[in-house]
Amino acid sequence: MTFTDWILPVTAVFIIVYGLIKGAPVMDCFLDGAKEGFDTFLNILPSLIALITAVSVLKASGGLDVILWFMKPFASLTGIPSDVLPLVLLSPVSGSGSLTMYEELLKAAGPDSFSGRVASVIMGSTETTFYAVTVYYGAVGVKRTRFTLAAALLADCVSFLLAPVSVAMFLGK
Amino acid sequence: MMNIIWPAIIIFSFFAAAALGNMSDVSAALIEAGNSGVQLGIKLLGMLCLWSGLMRIASYSGLTEKIGSLMYPVLKLIFPKLRKNSEVAGAVSMNLTANILGLGNAATPLGIKAMKLMNQENKNPLTATDDMIFFVVMNTAAMHIIPTTVAMLRSQYGSTDPMEIMPAAWFNSFAALAAGITAAKILSLCLRKKGEKTK
Repeated sequence: MTFTDWILPVTAVFIIVYGLIKGAPVMDCFLDGAKEGFDTFLNILPSLIALITAVSVLKASGGLDVILWFMKPFASLTGIPSDVLPLVLLSPVSGSGSLTMYEELLKAAGPDSFSGRVASVIMGSTETTFYAVTVYYGAVGVKRTRFTLAAALLADCVSFLLAPVSVAMFLGK
Repeated sequence: MMNIIWPAIIIFSFFAAAALGNMSDVSAALIEAGNSGVQLGIKLLGMLCLWSGLMRIASYSGLTEKIGSLMYPVLKLIFPKLRKNSEVAGAVSMNLTANILGLGNAATPLGIKAMKLMNQENKNPLTATDDMIFFVVMNTAAMHIIPTTVAMLRSQYGSTDPMEIMPAAWFNSFAALAAGITAAKILSLCLRKKGEKTK
Protein backbone atom coordinates (compact mmCIF):
# COMPACT_ATOMS: atom_id res chain seq x y z
CA MET A 1 0.00 0.00 0.00
CA THR A 2 1.50 3.30 -1.08
CA PHE A 3 0.61 6.95 -1.10
CA THR A 4 -0.62 6.74 -4.70
CA ASP A 5 -3.13 4.04 -3.76
CA TRP A 6 -4.83 6.56 -1.49
CA ILE A 7 -5.19 9.51 -3.85
CA LEU A 8 -8.05 8.28 -6.00
CA PRO A 9 -10.30 6.82 -3.25
CA VAL A 10 -9.72 9.81 -0.97
CA THR A 11 -10.63 12.22 -3.77
CA ALA A 12 -13.79 10.30 -4.70
CA VAL A 13 -14.97 9.97 -1.09
CA PHE A 14 -14.17 13.62 -0.37
CA ILE A 15 -16.23 14.83 -3.36
CA ILE A 16 -19.19 12.64 -2.37
CA VAL A 17 -19.09 13.61 1.32
CA TYR A 18 -18.75 17.31 0.46
CA GLY A 19 -21.77 16.95 -1.84
CA LEU A 20 -23.80 15.27 0.92
CA ILE A 21 -22.94 18.05 3.39
CA LYS A 22 -24.07 20.67 0.88
CA GLY A 23 -27.31 18.74 0.34
CA ALA A 24 -26.63 17.67 -3.25
CA PRO A 25 -28.56 14.70 -4.68
CA VAL A 26 -25.23 12.95 -5.23
CA MET A 27 -26.46 9.86 -7.05
CA ASP A 28 -28.57 11.89 -9.50
CA CYS A 29 -25.67 14.27 -10.08
CA PHE A 30 -23.32 11.37 -10.71
CA LEU A 31 -25.65 9.76 -13.25
CA ASP A 32 -26.18 13.04 -15.12
CA GLY A 33 -22.44 13.59 -15.26
CA ALA A 34 -21.64 10.03 -16.29
CA LYS A 35 -24.09 10.35 -19.18
CA GLU A 36 -22.21 13.46 -20.30
CA GLY A 37 -19.03 11.35 -20.23
CA PHE A 38 -20.61 9.04 -22.78
CA ASP A 39 -21.47 11.95 -25.09
CA THR A 40 -17.87 13.13 -24.84
CA PHE A 41 -16.70 9.65 -25.84
CA LEU A 42 -18.82 9.86 -28.99
CA ASN A 43 -17.26 13.25 -29.81
CA ILE A 44 -13.72 11.96 -29.39
CA LEU A 45 -14.06 8.64 -31.19
CA PRO A 46 -13.90 9.88 -34.83
CA SER A 47 -10.73 11.93 -34.24
CA LEU A 48 -9.18 9.07 -32.31
CA ILE A 49 -9.79 6.65 -35.19
CA ALA A 50 -8.36 9.17 -37.66
CA LEU A 51 -5.19 9.54 -35.56
CA ILE A 52 -4.69 5.80 -35.06
CA THR A 53 -5.24 5.19 -38.78
CA ALA A 54 -2.52 7.65 -39.77
CA VAL A 55 -0.05 6.35 -37.19
CA SER A 56 -0.53 2.65 -37.88
CA VAL A 57 -0.39 3.13 -41.65
CA LEU A 58 2.83 5.12 -41.26
CA LYS A 59 4.37 2.34 -39.19
CA ALA A 60 3.15 -0.54 -41.38
CA SER A 61 4.25 1.07 -44.64
CA GLY A 62 7.86 1.36 -43.53
CA GLY A 63 7.50 5.13 -43.98
CA LEU A 64 8.67 5.64 -40.42
CA ASP A 65 11.92 3.80 -41.20
CA VAL A 66 12.42 6.01 -44.26
CA ILE A 67 12.07 9.15 -42.13
CA LEU A 68 14.42 7.67 -39.54
CA TRP A 69 17.01 6.91 -42.19
CA PHE A 70 16.92 10.55 -43.33
CA MET A 71 17.18 11.81 -39.76
CA LYS A 72 20.12 9.66 -38.72
CA PRO A 73 22.84 12.11 -39.80
CA PHE A 74 21.19 14.84 -37.69
CA ALA A 75 21.06 12.67 -34.60
CA SER A 76 24.82 12.81 -34.12
CA LEU A 77 24.69 16.61 -34.33
CA THR A 78 22.11 16.88 -31.56
CA GLY A 79 23.76 14.44 -29.16
CA ILE A 80 20.71 12.18 -29.09
CA PRO A 81 22.00 8.57 -29.16
CA SER A 82 21.01 7.03 -32.50
CA ASP A 83 19.19 4.11 -30.87
CA VAL A 84 16.91 6.58 -29.06
CA LEU A 85 15.93 8.27 -32.34
CA PRO A 86 12.95 6.00 -33.18
CA LEU A 87 11.50 6.75 -29.76
CA VAL A 88 11.91 10.49 -30.32
CA LEU A 89 10.01 10.25 -33.59
CA LEU A 90 7.21 8.09 -32.28
CA SER A 91 6.59 9.58 -28.84
CA PRO A 92 4.56 12.63 -29.98
CA VAL A 93 2.23 10.49 -32.11
CA SER A 94 1.75 7.13 -30.41
CA GLY A 95 1.65 6.36 -26.70
CA SER A 96 1.53 2.58 -27.00
CA GLY A 97 4.04 2.60 -29.86
CA SER A 98 6.62 4.59 -27.94
CA LEU A 99 6.12 2.41 -24.87
CA THR A 100 6.90 -0.71 -26.90
CA MET A 101 9.94 0.98 -28.42
CA TYR A 102 11.11 2.10 -24.97
CA GLU A 103 10.88 -1.46 -23.67
CA GLU A 104 12.86 -2.78 -26.63
CA LEU A 105 15.53 -0.19 -25.98
CA LEU A 106 15.73 -1.06 -22.29
CA LYS A 107 16.12 -4.71 -23.28
CA ALA A 108 18.82 -4.01 -25.88
CA ALA A 109 20.87 -1.23 -24.28
CA GLY A 110 20.04 -1.72 -20.58
CA PRO A 111 18.22 0.80 -18.36
CA ASP A 112 21.43 2.20 -16.83
CA SER A 113 23.24 2.85 -20.11
CA PHE A 114 23.42 6.39 -21.46
CA SER A 115 20.81 5.57 -24.13
CA GLY A 116 18.60 3.89 -21.55
CA ARG A 117 18.74 6.93 -19.30
CA VAL A 118 18.11 9.41 -22.11
CA ALA A 119 15.12 7.34 -23.26
CA SER A 120 13.81 7.19 -19.67
CA VAL A 121 14.05 10.96 -19.28
CA ILE A 122 12.24 11.47 -22.59
CA MET A 123 9.50 9.03 -21.56
CA GLY A 124 9.18 10.73 -18.18
CA SER A 125 8.99 14.26 -19.50
CA THR A 126 6.70 14.12 -22.55
CA GLU A 127 3.12 13.13 -23.19
CA THR A 128 1.71 11.94 -26.51
CA THR A 129 1.21 15.39 -28.03
CA PHE A 130 -1.02 14.44 -30.96
CA TYR A 131 -3.18 12.27 -28.73
CA ALA A 132 -3.72 15.11 -26.24
CA VAL A 133 -4.50 17.60 -29.00
CA THR A 134 -6.88 15.12 -30.65
CA VAL A 135 -8.72 14.22 -27.45
CA TYR A 136 -9.04 17.71 -25.95
CA TYR A 137 -10.11 19.50 -29.11
CA GLY A 138 -12.16 16.53 -30.33
CA ALA A 139 -14.15 16.54 -27.09
CA VAL A 140 -15.27 20.15 -27.52
CA GLY A 141 -15.48 20.15 -31.32
CA VAL A 142 -12.86 22.85 -31.91
CA LYS A 143 -11.63 22.76 -35.52
CA ARG A 144 -9.17 25.66 -35.67
CA THR A 145 -6.43 24.89 -33.17
CA ARG A 146 -4.28 27.86 -34.29
CA PHE A 147 -0.77 27.71 -32.81
CA THR A 148 -1.37 24.77 -30.46
CA LEU A 149 0.66 22.24 -32.45
CA ALA A 150 3.52 24.67 -33.07
CA ALA A 151 3.94 25.42 -29.37
CA ALA A 152 3.40 21.82 -28.23
CA LEU A 153 5.87 20.38 -30.74
CA LEU A 154 8.41 23.02 -29.80
CA ALA A 155 8.08 21.88 -26.19
CA ASP A 156 8.64 18.29 -27.37
CA CYS A 157 11.77 19.31 -29.32
CA VAL A 158 13.16 21.08 -26.26
CA SER A 159 12.55 17.94 -24.24
CA PHE A 160 14.30 15.71 -26.82
CA LEU A 161 17.30 17.96 -27.34
CA LEU A 162 17.71 18.65 -23.66
CA ALA A 163 17.39 15.01 -22.54
CA PRO A 164 21.03 14.02 -23.28
CA VAL A 165 22.18 17.26 -21.64
CA SER A 166 20.06 16.69 -18.52
CA VAL A 167 21.29 13.10 -18.21
CA ALA A 168 24.92 14.17 -18.56
CA MET A 169 24.37 16.96 -16.05
CA PHE A 170 22.61 14.90 -13.34
CA LEU A 171 24.02 11.43 -13.90
CA GLY A 172 27.21 11.84 -15.91
CA LYS A 173 28.08 10.35 -19.29
CA MET B 1 -3.45 22.19 -39.75
CA MET B 2 -4.62 18.61 -39.33
CA ASN B 3 -6.33 18.91 -42.72
CA ILE B 4 -2.82 18.99 -44.18
CA ILE B 5 -0.85 16.73 -41.82
CA TRP B 6 -3.34 13.86 -41.77
CA PRO B 7 -3.62 13.30 -45.54
CA ALA B 8 0.12 13.97 -45.93
CA ILE B 9 0.97 11.10 -43.55
CA ILE B 10 -1.38 8.69 -45.30
CA ILE B 11 -0.29 9.60 -48.84
CA PHE B 12 3.39 9.48 -47.87
CA SER B 13 2.81 6.05 -46.30
CA PHE B 14 1.08 4.79 -49.43
CA PHE B 15 4.05 5.67 -51.63
CA ALA B 16 6.53 4.35 -49.07
CA ALA B 17 4.63 1.05 -48.97
CA ALA B 18 4.52 0.89 -52.77
CA ALA B 19 8.28 1.46 -52.98
CA LEU B 20 9.20 -0.92 -50.18
CA GLY B 21 6.63 -3.62 -51.02
CA ASN B 22 4.79 -3.35 -47.71
CA MET B 23 1.30 -2.95 -49.17
CA SER B 24 -0.11 -6.04 -47.47
CA ASP B 25 0.95 -4.66 -44.07
CA VAL B 26 -0.69 -1.32 -44.86
CA SER B 27 -3.85 -3.12 -45.92
CA ALA B 28 -3.92 -5.00 -42.62
CA ALA B 29 -3.12 -1.81 -40.67
CA LEU B 30 -6.03 0.05 -42.30
CA ILE B 31 -8.46 -2.70 -41.34
CA GLU B 32 -7.08 -2.91 -37.80
CA ALA B 33 -6.82 0.85 -37.15
CA GLY B 34 -10.54 1.51 -36.60
CA ASN B 35 -10.60 -1.36 -34.17
CA SER B 36 -7.63 -0.03 -32.17
CA GLY B 37 -9.16 3.45 -32.15
CA VAL B 38 -12.37 2.11 -30.64
CA GLN B 39 -10.41 0.09 -28.07
CA LEU B 40 -8.42 3.15 -27.03
CA GLY B 41 -11.66 5.10 -26.77
CA ILE B 42 -13.30 2.38 -24.66
CA LYS B 43 -10.30 2.48 -22.33
CA LEU B 44 -11.02 6.17 -21.85
CA LEU B 45 -14.82 5.77 -21.64
CA GLY B 46 -15.04 4.27 -18.15
CA MET B 47 -12.80 6.92 -16.61
CA LEU B 48 -14.60 9.61 -18.56
CA CYS B 49 -17.98 8.57 -17.12
CA LEU B 50 -16.62 8.15 -13.58
CA TRP B 51 -14.93 11.55 -13.49
CA SER B 52 -17.71 13.38 -15.31
CA GLY B 53 -20.06 11.99 -12.67
CA LEU B 54 -17.84 13.00 -9.75
CA MET B 55 -17.24 16.42 -11.31
CA ARG B 56 -21.01 16.96 -11.57
CA ILE B 57 -21.32 16.38 -7.81
CA ALA B 58 -18.37 18.71 -7.18
CA SER B 59 -19.81 21.49 -9.33
CA TYR B 60 -23.34 21.13 -7.86
CA SER B 61 -22.00 21.46 -4.34
CA GLY B 62 -19.72 24.38 -5.18
CA LEU B 63 -16.53 22.41 -4.53
CA THR B 64 -15.06 23.05 -7.99
CA GLU B 65 -15.31 26.82 -7.57
CA LYS B 66 -13.75 26.58 -4.14
CA ILE B 67 -10.73 24.64 -5.42
CA GLY B 68 -10.49 27.10 -8.29
CA SER B 69 -10.25 30.07 -5.96
CA LEU B 70 -7.61 28.29 -3.84
CA MET B 71 -5.37 27.65 -6.85
CA TYR B 72 -6.20 30.97 -8.50
CA PRO B 73 -2.91 32.77 -7.72
CA VAL B 74 -0.94 30.04 -9.53
CA LEU B 75 -3.35 29.74 -12.43
CA LYS B 76 -3.40 33.47 -13.07
CA LEU B 77 0.25 33.31 -14.14
CA ILE B 78 -0.59 31.09 -17.11
CA PHE B 79 -4.23 32.01 -17.76
CA PRO B 80 -4.60 35.77 -17.43
CA LYS B 81 -8.24 35.75 -18.56
CA LEU B 82 -9.37 33.22 -15.98
CA ARG B 83 -11.93 34.52 -13.48
CA LYS B 84 -11.62 33.81 -9.77
CA ASN B 85 -14.28 31.58 -8.20
CA SER B 86 -15.23 30.20 -11.60
CA GLU B 87 -15.91 26.57 -12.38
CA VAL B 88 -13.32 26.75 -15.16
CA ALA B 89 -10.62 27.65 -12.66
CA GLY B 90 -11.69 24.66 -10.54
CA ALA B 91 -11.61 22.19 -13.42
CA VAL B 92 -8.22 23.49 -14.60
CA SER B 93 -6.79 23.15 -11.07
CA MET B 94 -8.09 19.61 -10.70
CA ASN B 95 -6.58 18.61 -14.04
CA LEU B 96 -3.27 20.15 -13.01
CA THR B 97 -3.28 18.38 -9.66
CA ALA B 98 -4.11 15.03 -11.24
CA ASN B 99 -1.26 15.53 -13.73
CA ILE B 100 1.24 16.35 -11.00
CA LEU B 101 0.17 13.34 -8.93
CA GLY B 102 0.60 11.13 -11.99
CA LEU B 103 -3.07 10.16 -12.27
CA GLY B 104 -3.05 10.16 -16.06
CA ASN B 105 -6.43 8.54 -16.50
CA ALA B 106 -8.10 11.04 -14.17
CA ALA B 107 -6.28 14.01 -15.67
CA THR B 108 -7.75 13.50 -19.15
CA PRO B 109 -11.46 13.52 -18.15
CA LEU B 110 -10.85 16.48 -15.82
CA GLY B 111 -9.03 18.30 -18.61
CA ILE B 112 -11.90 17.63 -21.02
CA LYS B 113 -14.28 19.13 -18.46
CA ALA B 114 -12.07 22.22 -18.27
CA MET B 115 -11.98 22.49 -22.07
CA LYS B 116 -15.78 22.23 -22.25
CA LEU B 117 -16.23 24.99 -19.69
CA MET B 118 -13.69 27.17 -21.51
CA ASN B 119 -15.46 26.60 -24.82
CA GLN B 120 -18.81 27.61 -23.30
CA GLU B 121 -17.40 31.10 -22.83
CA ASN B 122 -15.82 31.08 -26.27
CA LYS B 123 -17.47 33.41 -28.75
CA ASN B 124 -16.27 31.27 -31.66
CA PRO B 125 -16.71 27.69 -30.43
CA LEU B 126 -14.96 26.22 -33.50
CA THR B 127 -11.73 28.17 -32.86
CA ALA B 128 -9.42 27.62 -29.89
CA THR B 129 -8.99 30.58 -27.52
CA ASP B 130 -5.55 31.56 -26.19
CA ASP B 131 -6.37 30.05 -22.81
CA MET B 132 -7.45 26.76 -24.39
CA ILE B 133 -4.15 26.63 -26.27
CA PHE B 134 -2.11 27.28 -23.11
CA PHE B 135 -4.10 24.57 -21.41
CA VAL B 136 -3.57 21.94 -24.13
CA VAL B 137 0.15 22.80 -24.44
CA MET B 138 0.44 22.40 -20.67
CA ASN B 139 -1.15 18.97 -20.97
CA THR B 140 1.20 17.82 -23.73
CA ALA B 141 4.15 18.23 -21.36
CA ALA B 142 4.42 15.67 -18.59
CA MET B 143 4.27 17.24 -15.16
CA HIS B 144 4.13 14.25 -12.84
CA ILE B 145 6.36 14.09 -9.78
CA ILE B 146 6.82 10.34 -9.90
CA PRO B 147 7.23 8.75 -13.35
CA THR B 148 5.53 5.50 -12.29
CA THR B 149 5.50 3.67 -15.62
CA VAL B 150 9.11 4.53 -16.43
CA ALA B 151 10.34 3.51 -12.97
CA MET B 152 8.42 0.23 -13.16
CA LEU B 153 9.86 -0.69 -16.55
CA ARG B 154 13.36 0.31 -15.53
CA SER B 155 13.29 -1.95 -12.50
CA GLN B 156 11.75 -4.73 -14.59
CA TYR B 157 14.74 -4.57 -16.96
CA GLY B 158 17.24 -4.73 -14.11
CA SER B 159 18.11 -1.11 -13.31
CA THR B 160 20.22 -0.75 -10.17
CA ASP B 161 18.43 2.50 -9.37
CA PRO B 162 15.11 2.87 -11.25
CA MET B 163 14.37 6.30 -9.70
CA GLU B 164 17.76 7.88 -10.47
CA ILE B 165 16.40 9.61 -13.59
CA MET B 166 13.88 11.66 -11.60
CA PRO B 167 15.83 14.93 -11.16
CA ALA B 168 16.86 14.88 -14.82
CA ALA B 169 13.26 14.16 -15.85
CA TRP B 170 11.90 16.99 -13.65
CA PHE B 171 14.42 19.42 -15.07
CA ASN B 172 13.55 18.28 -18.58
CA SER B 173 9.77 18.51 -18.10
CA PHE B 174 10.04 21.91 -16.54
CA ALA B 175 12.22 23.26 -19.36
CA ALA B 176 9.91 21.78 -22.00
CA LEU B 177 6.81 23.15 -20.27
CA ALA B 178 8.37 26.59 -19.91
CA ALA B 179 9.45 26.58 -23.57
CA GLY B 180 5.99 25.48 -24.75
CA ILE B 181 4.11 28.08 -22.70
CA THR B 182 6.57 30.85 -23.60
CA ALA B 183 6.27 29.99 -27.29
CA ALA B 184 2.49 30.00 -27.04
CA LYS B 185 2.51 33.35 -25.23
CA ILE B 186 4.81 34.89 -27.83
CA LEU B 187 2.74 33.50 -30.72
CA SER B 188 -0.43 34.80 -29.12
CA LEU B 189 1.09 38.28 -28.74
CA CYS B 190 2.44 38.29 -32.30
CA LEU B 191 -0.92 37.26 -33.74
CA ARG B 192 -2.70 39.89 -31.70
CA LYS B 193 -0.33 42.57 -32.98
CA LYS B 194 -0.91 41.39 -36.52
CA GLY B 195 -4.57 42.02 -35.78
CA GLU B 196 -5.71 38.44 -36.16
CA LYS B 197 -9.31 38.41 -35.06
CA THR B 198 -10.24 34.92 -33.86
CA LYS B 199 -12.41 34.09 -36.81
